[in-house]
Amino acid sequence: MRAVAPDDPPGPRAATGSESPWVRAAAEFAESRLALFGLALLALLTVAALAAPWISPQNPYDLAQLDIMDSQLPPGMHSESGKTYWLGTDDQGRDMLSAILYGLRISLTVGVTSTVCALVIGLALGLAAAYLGGWVDAAIMRLADIQLSFPAILIALILLAMLGQGVGKIIVALVTVQWAYYARTVRSSALVERQKEYLEAAQVLALPRSRIVFRHLLPNCLPPLIVVATVQVAHAISLEATLSFLGLGLPITEPSLGLLIANGFQYLLSGRYWISFYPGVALLLAIVAINLVADQLRDILNPRLKR
Amino acid sequence: MITSSLPLVELRSVSKRFSRPAGVAARIAHRLGASAPQGTVHAVEAVDLRVDQSEVVGLVGESGCGKSTLGRMVARILEPTSGERLWKGRPYEEYEHEAARSERLAIQMIFQDPYASLNPRMRVADIVGEAPVVHGLVSRAQRDEYVADTLGRVGLDPSIMRRFPHQFSGGQRSRIGIARALAVRPRFLVCDEAVAALDVSIQAQVLNLFIRLREELGLAYLFISHDLGVIRHVSDAVVVMYLGRVVESAPVAELYAHPNHPYTKALILEVPDVAARRRRYTPIRGEIPSPLAPPTGCHFHPRCPRAFERCRQEAPALREVAPGHASACHLNDS
Repeated sequence: MRAVAPDDPPGPRAATGSESPWVRAAAEFAESRLALFGLALLALLTVAALAAPWISPQNPYDLAQLDIMDSQLPPGMHSESGKTYWLGTDDQGRDMLSAILYGLRISLTVGVTSTVCALVIGLALGLAAAYLGGWVDAAIMRLADIQLSFPAILIALILLAMLGQGVGKIIVALVTVQWAYYARTVRSSALVERQKEYLEAAQVLALPRSRIVFRHLLPNCLPPLIVVATVQVAHAISLEATLSFLGLGLPITEPSLGLLIANGFQYLLSGRYWISFYPGVALLLAIVAINLVADQLRDILNPRLKR
Repeated sequence: MITSSLPLVELRSVSKRFSRPAGVAARIAHRLGASAPQGTVHAVEAVDLRVDQSEVVGLVGESGCGKSTLGRMVARILEPTSGERLWKGRPYEEYEHEAARSERLAIQMIFQDPYASLNPRMRVADIVGEAPVVHGLVSRAQRDEYVADTLGRVGLDPSIMRRFPHQFSGGQRSRIGIARALAVRPRFLVCDEAVAALDVSIQAQVLNLFIRLREELGLAYLFISHDLGVIRHVSDAVVVMYLGRVVESAPVAELYAHPNHPYTKALILEVPDVAARRRRYTPIRGEIPSPLAPPTGCHFHPRCPRAFERCRQEAPALREVAPGHASACHLNDS
């Protein structure tokens, strides 16, 4: 008779069947209410940002819709033309709620796009460094060292000063300052995984090299990378806001959150707080939500904290 | 048949040296005249080994003696620095082309750590079934059936196929590792401390599985272990290694009855034995020396109770002391 090897009591998780590591991670993620709240907030902000053209009262980029007579109205004020500005207007008569939704759209797009690009580039370079070793490793990692030894904001400032303004250019700048984090993270976890016997087994089984790298090595290097990526999205958003605040990021006709804050900054002390304050709140909410999610991800994906 | 007289696997004077690659800074320092620290380890030195069809050769030695390195060279994970590896009488290099892939797959390895040796992100069906499908031994459609069959062979229920490695105990994991190797229809298994990480009761089950598989499939093994009891249980012939060199090799009964080398004697006489009711044991003096700075002459002389002047100067060669029994000790000459 052949049955399950009788040499052991089934583990506590054996009863739950064939759940994949990702399903398990999701279940552990849901254990923290705070993280779930962060995830919900993030989802809300993302949906609001994506749906901005349909849900916002006004297109803040369309100058024809702006009425200079409505400029600098406080929150909740009805204009003479009968519109209600729930979060007030800025100095050009833009509805702040609409501007924030559009600004959030740009901020999230820039943050996510630059993170994904940096992730892919860093992943490729880090894996190449770990797997090929030798001078490839040395060249890539020294480049990363040099890049990381300069403050991110400095490199981004120099790049943008050379490239000029625009969404594409700020993404290029953000990718340039971020790829090194991913390259380092991937390299270090790939070096650890490389020592493990399942990769030797794959070698003895004469599996093709590309298969070993992409099906065996890569999936096991991903968890720490996901954590870094989540933190870096928040970092990218705040870096973009900083650059825009300094006037180097996006043009004034397409304001991101940072630019909106900069825009109202001069009025802050004259009592017209809302022009800077509400975009600031939106930025804060986005970053806090992402960080809450990132914190919990770090806890569940870190093997050293495994309960 | 002519091939039956040929050994399945043969190593001829195989050596492996590991040297730390000098970093950029070290190389610059070397250019400027600094003396580079010597970082070469002779993990395996001029080892000859022969495993016949359906034979089990036990490889025994302390940790750090190079037995795992030797096993990895046999299994193609490591390339030897010098020496020749033969499979069915022909060099390994002749099997590199595509047509000889099944011959390359004929050597598989069973690993020490049942936790690290399975990819944690793959289901059992993928772990066991991946290589046979990639190499075209079975079609994708037949995979699950084939995996179920292979799992049955190692005493696992096929219903576990959809599970992940974390859901199994050590004993079950090591059976999955064995099934993974069997799935590509090997002729020869290198077992590197394959039962060392298991509880004693489970060790016995897995050892019996190895013995049963040998009977059913005619497999040959290179069985690497530090455990003399395990080696005695499964092996036909035993090779004893010390610090990268073979010090003695003999058929199993001969070795345990008449150990020749002082190191082997010490190992075998000091195996605790309930029946003998011995109370006192004389351990081998000192620690195994660093392979970075091995002793001159016979590697064992600093710890050998019978060492004399010649042992310090000259490395002894392996000589036959009885039919099929070789030992590397100067005492045999006097």
